[in-house]
Amino acid sequence: MEHIELFFKSIFIDNMVFATFLGMCSYLAVSKKVSTAVGLGAAVVFVLAITVPLNWLLDQYILQPGALSWLGAEYASYDLSFLSFIMFIATIATMVQLVEIIVEKFSPSLYNSLGIFLPLIAVNCAILGGSLFMQSREIASLGLALNYGISSGIGWFLAILAIAAIREKIRYSNVPPALRGLGITFIITGLMAIGFMSFGGMLTGGDEEEAKEETTVQVEAVETESAKELANNTTINE
Amino acid sequence: MGLLSKKDVALIKDPLADDNPITIQVLGICSALAITAELKASIVMAISVVFVLGIGNVVISLMRNIIPSKIRIIVQLTVVATLVIIVDQVLKAYSYELSKTLGAFVGLIITNCIIMGRFEAFALGNGPWRSFLDGIGNAAGYGIILILVGFFRELLGSGTLLGYKVLGDSVEKTGLYALGYENNGFMLLSPMALIVVGIIIWVQRTRNKALIED
Repeated sequence: MEHIELFFKSIFIDNMVFATFLGMCSYLAVSKKVSTAVGLGAAVVFVLAITVPLNWLLDQYILQPGALSWLGAEYASYDLSFLSFIMFIATIATMVQLVEIIVEKFSPSLYNSLGIFLPLIAVNCAILGGSLFMQSREIASLGLALNYGISSGIGWFLAILAIAAIREKIRYSNVPPALRGLGITFIITGLMAIGFMSFGGMLTGGDEEEAKEETTVQVEAVETESAKELANNTTINE
Repeated sequence: MGLLSKKDVALIKDPLADDNPITIQVLGICSALAITAELKASIVMAISVVFVLGIGNVVISLMRNIIPSKIRIIVQLTVVATLVIIVDQVLKAYSYELSKTLGAFVGLIITNCIIMGRFEAFALGNGPWRSFLDGIGNAAGYGIILILVGFFRELLGSGTLLGYKVLGDSVEKTGLYALGYENNGFMLLSPMALIVVGIIIWVQRTRNKALIED
């Protein structure tokens, strides 16, 4: 249940592009054609699925306050969390390089389709963002971290696919000259983000209905709770 | 200006308007949108990026002849990450509240495409002084957009600027609120950041026709 909830939450409610604006640079630059957008989207899912669990392990066993206690009692007071940026980005950069070499060796066809995008990905904010949000949201287990990586990757994939399809069509529309290209893409993304906000009640809606059968007091409690959760979500997103 | 030749001045001035990193080069959008719900966060973010890009450009420019080109991305990332850790630690020490609001986005300066973009496009091929000016100029151009977006979102969204109630008190109905004005809470939500930037691009390109895409 926890897994399903996290899965849909990261795809729709906390969508990387629409809620947190991660990976916008490549999202805007590579979304002119659907085929290239698919390539980059697949590469992002792939790399997130590898780096988020890996960085979760790093975070749990090296970086968190007291994480080094497995080395011995005298290390238990160490807090290396200030190193997390550099550790995460180093992991990501090396993993991307490694993935590139492995894919090239074992699956040349996949390499040809992902090839040019892989190096780009090392500096895609969505990848580092995945790891940093994994850390700040305190994902509880390795399985959930893997789930978070994959599902937020899928969310990103969906977003770039949608905007690429829209941009292919919009070429035939009569857009005001000054808005052509970048400007209209921004505004469309904004409108899509408004659309995605309607998923916000997806996970809280069910709880309220269940509670309605019980006393009204409890309904109120649940409602304030879900409102609180919503408020929390927005503060995180902002 | 004896210190700055004409070319040097252009290095700083171009990114402020006609070669702006956000609206023209399309770099560094992520953070520009996510943290601009209030002006204060935008200003702090802008200063952080000026610091990181100014110093980072100098460091990369000094090392440009000894970095093997194959591993240059990792070297660049290490330099940026180090600078960002400094920013993060300073923020945590002096303004803990603000560092909480900025949250993961301070860390995301590392992968801010402006930084890697300027390293690759400028610092690897130019001397330290020019790189420094280029870094400051581009970061300032980025900062201007950030502050503009932050200004409008905070003013229209919560009726305040830097936390001061410039439009009067919305609860006690003073100032503009006495006339029936209401805050547009929608401006505080993330989609509006995109739309505000879209409008800025629109205004800029209407004023300078040369920037219009085909």
